[in-house]
Amino acid sequence: MRAVENALGIVIPDNARIIRNLINAIQYIQDHVIHFYHLHALDWVDVTSALKADPTKTATLAQSISDWYNSSPTYFKAIQNKVKAIVESGQLGLFTSGYWGHPAYKLPPEANLMAVAHYLEALDFQRDIIRMHALLGAKNPHPQTYLVGGMSIPIDPNSQNAINAGSIALMNDIAKKSLDFVSKVYIPDLLAIASFYKEWAKIGSGVRNYLTYGEFQNDNISNTTNCWLPPGFIRNRDLTKVEPVDHTKVTEDVMRSWYKYSDGDGKAKHPYEGETIPNYTGPRPPYEFLNTEQKYSWVKAIRYDGLSTEVGPLSRMLVAYVSGHSRAREVIDMVLKKLGLGIDALFSTLGRTAARGIETLLIAEMLPTWIEELATKIKSGDLRIHNGEMWNPDKWPKEARGYGFHDAPRGALCHWIVIKDKTVANYQCVVPGGWNSSPRDANGVRGPYEEALLNTPITDPNRPIEILRTIHSFDPCMACAIHLFDPDGKQLVSVKVK
Amino acid sequence: MGTKDTIYEGLFNYGITRRDFMKFCTTMSATLALSSTSIPKIAEALQQKKKPYAVWLHFQECTGDTESLLRATKPSIAQIVLDIISLEYHETIMAGSGHSAEKALHDVVKNQKGKYFALVEGSIPTKDGGIYCVIAGKTAVEIAKEVCGNALVTINVGSCSCWGGIGSAKPNPTGATGTASVVPGIKYINLPGCPANAENITATIVHYLTFGTLPALDRYNRPLFAYGKRIHDNCERRPHFDAGQFVRKWGDEGHRLGWCLYEMGCKGPMAYQNCPTVKWNDGISYPIQSGHPCFACASNDSWDVFGPIYNRAPHVPGASYQATADKIGAAVVAGTAAAVATHAVIRTFLGYKQKERFSKEKNEADKMK
Repeated sequence: MRAVENALGIVIPDNARIIRNLINAIQYIQDHVIHFYHLHALDWVDVTSALKADPTKTATLAQSISDWYNSSPTYFKAIQNKVKAIVESGQLGLFTSGYWGHPAYKLPPEANLMAVAHYLEALDFQRDIIRMHALLGAKNPHPQTYLVGGMSIPIDPNSQNAINAGSIALMNDIAKKSLDFVSKVYIPDLLAIASFYKEWAKIGSGVRNYLTYGEFQNDNISNTTNCWLPPGFIRNRDLTKVEPVDHTKVTEDVMRSWYKYSDGDGKAKHPYEGETIPNYTGPRPPYEFLNTEQKYSWVKAIRYDGLSTEVGPLSRMLVAYVSGHSRAREVIDMVLKKLGLGIDALFSTLGRTAARGIETLLIAEMLPTWIEELATKIKSGDLRIHNGEMWNPDKWPKEARGYGFHDAPRGALCHWIVIKDKTVANYQCVVPGGWNSSPRDANGVRGPYEEALLNTPITDPNRPIEILRTIHSFDPCMACAIHLFDPDGKQLVSVKVK
Repeated sequence: MGTKDTIYEGLFNYGITRRDFMKFCTTMSATLALSSTSIPKIAEALQQKKKPYAVWLHFQECTGDTESLLRATKPSIAQIVLDIISLEYHETIMAGSGHSAEKALHDVVKNQKGKYFALVEGSIPTKDGGIYCVIAGKTAVEIAKEVCGNALVTINVGSCSCWGGIGSAKPNPTGATGTASVVPGIKYINLPGCPANAENITATIVHYLTFGTLPALDRYNRPLFAYGKRIHDNCERRPHFDAGQFVRKWGDEGHRLGWCLYEMGCKGPMAYQNCPTVKWNDGISYPIQSGHPCFACASNDSWDVFGPIYNRAPHVPGASYQATADKIGAAVVAGTAAAVATHAVIRTFLGYKQKERFSKEKNEADKMK
């Protein structure tokens, strides 16, 4: 959408920009909370250990770190009974395949019980707050109100079929609940859990370059640099400067990917010239292992200025920090201080997970401001949601091309489109999961996941929970199988990445 | 606190009172469009001994149906996965990974043979030996044959596993298709949609637990309780359609007042689903309510047949269509321009297939009356 708007030179109305910011904001909060509690926490939290906890001590612990209302001994006792009943039933469901009792679990039983309680609360929380996404986007997941040129959700304070004062009130209520949960549950849990796993500030550091396209636009054109979370590129972990982002520096090669390029697989191509021609050369299934000296991935090797680059909350927070985003600096410094860690600790598995929480807090704090911005526009009488100047394809130039920057919760995302004779001549998406899970490139340089797994200490090769911690810290988005090898080419372990 | 014997006790342990429980059963019976006499039956079913086992497979998908499941409200996702079913394998939300997760899956297939639910999200690629979707070294085709082939019933969650979804849109580079065509002969239910609505996923399972039978299905194996009527039949904007009041531009007065989106490309007259009654995200909204046309996400081949999204559907009759439906169906099949209400000046830019689909489904709906 932003790519098409860029190609056709469309400026969207203020209201459309604000609504897009609001949808993004609530999506970030919901996505990060789900990631922390439901896709990542059980790498650190032993559910079965919660059975050994003293509910009264758990309540004391919970009350010492937060004034969240749900923290009585009775409450934690009920949660413990719940876990007990599941374990005793012999039907563990989602918990069947966990690495329970693994020596790498470090939390005391009380902290485990508290975290399990919040795992359950977070399930309801995410479902509750995402209603704002549905209010503005029609439904979640897969919102439907995005249009080239604006949004299709009408605004009219005097209509029952449009965004009105009632909608603003609902959004404000959700914003309040969001900040409550994030500041009183998510952040205290993050700090409490991290304090037991500080060695993870030295593990999983990964590649040395970080990219964000920026998000939460303050003006109405695609790819503006005027964003609340600024765009930027950090090279070789140099925290003294941020380079401006140039989309022409994004390239992909397919030397190790199951595609072919018409002029040579090792030649890095910009997405405007991108090709997607499948060329599977791997073993016939069923198979045990892939050969990483040949093609081994359906992901292309995405590089920025030729460099293997990480995207995601850590990249956004680093760029915000170095760019002088004042609230980001305050919260990052506060978190590091509480954990007794220096800024370099951010380049790690722990840092990635902490950055996600920090970002969630920043966004939850901003949400009321963006809702107020929308209310103020409505008050001024501006009800525009769509710029229809280019809606009719007859008005399009014979040829056009454009790109659209977006930073999704998982990281930098951009689409490139080439339009010829009113139809799509080429379309390439370069997405966050692609950046982080990219395979080796034509020069043999590893992508972020692979690099981050180097030197990971593994207690038990048959139950490699340490690998999961690092891979999950990136918030991987595909259900796929990867096979991991140490630098000598000897197989370490095969892991299914969720 | 003793062993949890029944789903009801599980809910009770979770802090759900008897009163809440009966309320939940009432809501369920409403979603399933059942009479109030069924409420005790639902309550009874949920107080059975063991939770049924379930596994959830992911193939070529975006995890949107999983995200949808996580938004379930009646009952909530926590109740579903902890109290109602024993979901032993789900790549996104299960605790385990790797060999340990694979073992959980195979234990269910082996030990609960013929007794478990297989929920499937995503299309199955069949081209080039199935190499476009391989999990743990096995193709999706192979996994589906093993897991769906041994299940009590397969529930295809979302359009992709029903019939290929967006992955099967032309030119369908991976040969993507639905579960039932890869594993012929299985018992299955289709819950299409992009994604499937969480409330319909839940209601299907509860229906089975309550009555011990699968819900009544249409010719596409979709439950009638969720797909038995068109969006158009229950649309709150229908009076505006009948009155000829149409949105002409995004944000115009008609758009702000909730007029009909037919001119903006709405496929509600051809799309079967219960969005207008069940809605999404705890009843907050659904596409038409948010001012966007329905694009028939739950229809077979929706991308090829019902697109482009913003082009107006042809041959949707006006206020008097109930009386003239057969005539119009016949006219469409004959390839002639159907006579329609004066407000709808029909253009012919949509292909024959779309018209054919509409007339076929219309005839079928009439037969069911």
